[in-house]
Amino acid sequence: MKAAVIVFPGSNCDRDCKVAVERSTGAAVDMVWHTETALPQSLDLIVLPGGFSYGDYLRCGAMAALSPVMAEVRRAAGRGVAVVGICNGFQVLCESGLLPGALLRNAALKYVCKPVELEIVRPDTRFTRAFGSRRKAVMTVGNGEGAFFADADTLSRIEGEGQVVFRYADNPNGSLNDIAGLINGAGNVLGLMPHPDRSFEPELGSADGALLFQSLLETA
Amino acid sequence: MRARVHVFLKPGVLDVQGKAVESALHGLGWGGVSDVRVGKTLEFDLAGVEPAAAEAEVRRMCETLLANTVIESYRIELS
Repeated sequence: MKAAVIVFPGSNCDRDCKVAVERSTGAAVDMVWHTETALPQSLDLIVLPGGFSYGDYLRCGAMAALSPVMAEVRRAAGRGVAVVGICNGFQVLCESGLLPGALLRNAALKYVCKPVELEIVRPDTRFTRAFGSRRKAVMTVGNGEGAFFADADTLSRIEGEGQVVFRYADNPNGSLNDIAGLINGAGNVLGLMPHPDRSFEPELGSADGALLFQSLLETA
Repeated sequence: MRARVHVFLKPGVLDVQGKAVESALHGLGWGGVSDVRVGKTLEFDLAGVEPAAAEAEVRRMCETLLANTVIESYRIELS
C-alpha cells in the first residue's frame, strides 16, 4: 500500500498520521507539501491531518481547501483513491465540498480533548471493514470546532444514504445526530473528528485507530 | 472602491459565541438584550472593476472564499 499525508502550514498531526499509517499497515508514506501540484504516483490513500491549517484563519480549513495540492486531492478522490480527513482534515474536506456540511464551534465553547466511545454505524465501508463484528471503537478527540452541522435537507439525505460511519456514544461537542464521521456517496472519502492517528497502539489508550488504516489494506 | 463584507452565521445555525456574549451582558445587568450574534467584517480596496460589476464580483468572492454558505450568510456594502 502507498499513502501520502498532505502537510499544510499549521498542520500538527502530519507526523502522527505518517507514523500511524506506517505502523498500522506497513505502507510507505510520503509527506506532500500543500504547494505541490502533483501527487506521488499510484497512491492508495491520502490523509489530510489534524492541526490548525493556516492558523484557522477565516474559517477552519477554508484556506487549506483552496491550496494548490487540493486540486490534485480532488482529482484523486474523483478517481476513487481513498481519502481520510481527520479533525482539521475533516474541516478541509467539508470546506472543499468533498463532504457535505460544516463543523461549528463546540456547543460548550470549550476545546474538548479526551477519549470517546464511537458507534460504528457502517462496518461495511472500505475504512471500517477490519473492525469485523465490532460495533464500538474508542478514539481520542481534540477539537474546538467539531460540532457537525448540515441543514435539515442535507442531514436527512446524509442519513438516508447511509453516509454516517461513526456516531458518538456520548456527544462531546453538539454534533447534529451525534455524527462523528461521515463518508461521501462514492464511499472513498471519509472525514472524522476523532483521531485514529492518536489511537493506534495500546500504549495510547486504544489501538482501534489502527483498524481504520488496516481496513484499507484489504483493497490496496 | 472600498468593499465591506459582513459575515454572520445563518439564523438557523446556533451561534454559541453569541449565546455566551448574551449571557455575559445579562450578567452585567443588560437584561433586555436578546438574540446576540457574533460575526465578522472584512474590508478591502477593490481596483480594476467597473462600479456596476463590483457587487457581482464581491459576491463571487463571498461564495468562493469569504463565507461558507452552508452555515453563513453575508452582506456587501460598497462605497
